[in-house]
Amino acid sequence: MRRRIFPLIGLAVFMMLPPLATWIGEPYLVSTFTRIVIFAIAAVTLDLLIGFGGMVSFGHAAFFGLGAYVSGIIAHHAAEQITLFGLPATDQALIIWPLAILVSAAAALVIGFLSLRTSGVHFIMITLAFAQMLYFLFVSMEKYGGDDGLMMLERNPLPGLDMSDDWSFYYLCLGLLAVVLFILGRLINARFGMVLRSIKQSGPRARSLGISSLAYRLTAFCIAGAGAGLAGALMANHNGFVSPALLHWTLSGDILIMVVLGGIGTLYGPVLGAVIFLALEEFLPLAFEGAGLPGFKEHWRVVFGPLLIVIVLFAKSGLYGFLLGKEAADV
Amino acid sequence: MSEPALSLSGLNKRFGAVVAADNLELEVAAGEIHALIGPNGAGKTTLIAQISGELAPDSGRIRFLGRDITGLAVHERSRAGLGRTYQITSVFKDFNVLNNVILAVMARKGQGFGFVRPARSDPTLRDPAMEILRQMGLEARARDKAGALSHGEQRQLELALALALKPKLLMLDEPMAGMGPEDGQNMVEFLQGLKGDCAMLLVEHDMDAVFALADTISVLDYGRLIASGPPETIRTDEAVRRAYLGTD
Amino acid sequence: MLLFFEQLLNGVQLGVFLFLLAAGLTLIFGIMGVINLAHGSLYMAGAFASALALRLSGSFTLALIAAPLAAGLVGLAMEVIVIRRLYARDHLDQVLATFGLILFFNEIAAISFGRQPLFMNIPPALNSTVELLPGAPYPVYRLLIIIAGLLVAGLLYVLISRSRAGSLIRAGSTDQEMLSALGINVKMLFALVFAFGAMLAGFAGGLAGPLLSVEIGMGENILILTFVVIVIGGIGSIRGAFAGALLVGIADTLGRAFLPGLLKLMLPPAEADGIAAGLASMAIYILMAGILIWRPAGLFPPQGRSGA
Repeated sequence: MRRRIFPLIGLAVFMMLPPLATWIGEPYLVSTFTRIVIFAIAAVTLDLLIGFGGMVSFGHAAFFGLGAYVSGIIAHHAAEQITLFGLPATDQALIIWPLAILVSAAAALVIGFLSLRTSGVHFIMITLAFAQMLYFLFVSMEKYGGDDGLMMLERNPLPGLDMSDDWSFYYLCLGLLAVVLFILGRLINARFGMVLRSIKQSGPRARSLGISSLAYRLTAFCIAGAGAGLAGALMANHNGFVSPALLHWTLSGDILIMVVLGGIGTLYGPVLGAVIFLALEEFLPLAFEGAGLPGFKEHWRVVFGPLLIVIVLFAKSGLYGFLLGKEAADV
Repeated sequence: MSEPALSLSGLNKRFGAVVAADNLELEVAAGEIHALIGPNGAGKTTLIAQISGELAPDSGRIRFLGRDITGLAVHERSRAGLGRTYQITSVFKDFNVLNNVILAVMARKGQGFGFVRPARSDPTLRDPAMEILRQMGLEARARDKAGALSHGEQRQLELALALALKPKLLMLDEPMAGMGPEDGQNMVEFLQGLKGDCAMLLVEHDMDAVFALADTISVLDYGRLIASGPPETIRTDEAVRRAYLGTD
Repeated sequence: MLLFFEQLLNGVQLGVFLFLLAAGLTLIFGIMGVINLAHGSLYMAGAFASALALRLSGSFTLALIAAPLAAGLVGLAMEVIVIRRLYARDHLDQVLATFGLILFFNEIAAISFGRQPLFMNIPPALNSTVELLPGAPYPVYRLLIIIAGLLVAGLLYVLISRSRAGSLIRAGSTDQEMLSALGINVKMLFALVFAFGAMLAGFAGGLAGPLLSVEIGMGENILILTFVVIVIGGIGSIRGAFAGALLVGIADTLGRAFLPGLLKLMLPPAEADGIAAGLASMAIYILMAGILIWRPAGLFPPQGRSGA
């Protein structure tokens, strides 16, 4: 049962990463690991849409960025002691993060309702367009820094945890990733997940059985949006900074690539995809340097782009699918 | 005389110059097997699509169990008790056979919004699903992927999905298509066994099967209903012979 | 009123740009069923080629010839090496692979030209204004773009609805097997259609050079606007692309020009500016949402075999 063992091994490895980084004398790597874990949350929620719901959304960064901005904006109001919609602002994570999740889910409800009126290429283009709309909205919000973004003085405090400690924050993110994976795992095998997967296989057939595909797809879209919102809130805390770049469409593309690299339609694959993607981002520049081409260091994408094309053309099942073979797919 | 299961009145549908339904009037009595025959392109599959809601008629009304369903969406008609099978097998190929039927049972009960408990081990879904597989003789294949079934078995699963809905009217679009004589005979016997449980609207090219099963036969030609009646009348009907049986 | 007229023309001019891109993109999608995110890279290729040609030769005419040629060649290579392997794939594969192409082309441009934007001057002969209405001078160069775009639109219409090549193209979108049976090389036809779409995008890039700065990423911003155009117009329809492009161009330009003023009539100036900026940047997306609710398949959904 490779399927049971891989996630456990994965968890053990992730648990050991911070001490490992200290041990090899590169403690700053904990920050990279945190990024990986946060993007993994965004990627697994996107895979709920693509791999299990058959909805190729090219706008996932919208919900990610929205969650980040909710954190950033509320914290900004708290720091400046200005009320927000007449309410006193707070910097407490236990209030801000659920709000970030709610706002992202609400945005997903609206965008999903409009986008799901269409399918196929239309859906791809429309999710992309709506995400870009939010991007431009935040660019135009001078009040919150516009193009330059918004600084956060410190991480949102959480009772009982020293948030300024990078290790604590890493383990918190890892714990949240585990929770998200657990929830999605239940969801996929529960009635809702079965219906969702059936709609992916054949929407017309599912409808002929009495299933209202819109209701299920929209619910999945909201759940995925909520998860991306959480990831965004974590990213805002991690960076201490939010900017429109977090909503930019290339970030939607990046998250999409993580899903594909890891393995579409698998629960844990996208986590692996996030690891590969961010590792490539980290190490391809170094590889150029090592190859005696330091001038190409910032141009790592010149290799990554064609690499992505090759993967799409020849290795569709992703790394997780490769590792697990037939066991990766659910029956 | 009890209320008809299905009645179509003044149904029209055109695709450019092609007339798929020409002022159609049709009634399917409760509990009967009503066969719909006609040459290729007569509009049989299009008619099923209009009744099931996948296509909207240009004009006319569709009443089901006394209720006007013309404006309802596909899934709403299905929830009202309208089941169908497809001419081209349309099962969920990535699910195993049991999960296919579990899904249909779940859909009938309207219980898709469960987020926590695993669906496939839930006895309230699994037991009725297994029961249907037993009826169809597919229980031995319950754990196999639907995509791995033989053509005949997929046709059976196709029917199992529709039956799991416990429909009041079952529309069968060429259930014997592509089956060998033996499988075909089994299907005829199986459908005979269902008689009385629900009304059936049967589209089929196999005339032996049609005459063996049908209580009423309606003949479509270019979207027009050219004859309708019990099998013995249809067999001798002049217009039908000319349009259809004569060319056989 | 005169200001409105001028902004309206600016809107038409943006619309014409969008049409040049949308026409190629929608043609490629309508016929080959491929969604090409890297269409914006072809636009960028055209812009860089014209900037380079202008710098080397000093002739703006040459620059405008170089733009579509370079983009056409890049497009042809793109089709042969990558795109033709995607025709039979699903949309997700197409999106990912062409996203990979964008990453590649952006880095190639950065390596070749650096990350600083290049600026092209409007050629002196065109750098003047004409009075279309008394008291309303309008830049000649912008007017030229409008005329050039309308000419291309007319040409496309004639080409697709009247010519033999057009009827082949229209057949290709529905019946590939029949074309092969007639002895027509479908592979070649597809490559040529793709290159033609690339040339249109490159031409737009060349025209845009003197108005906007030529820089990396210029393709993506306009690509997303182009998507909005296509969604509004109906995918696969040239007529829809034209209507959608004008609608989006005008709505975007007028929104940015007049929303702040309008809102100031109702709200305090400080707030009005902020809200107007936000609303103006969202205007076309709101337009798209409205059209989606009203007509999910766009204004001119293609019917059957008529591609135009």
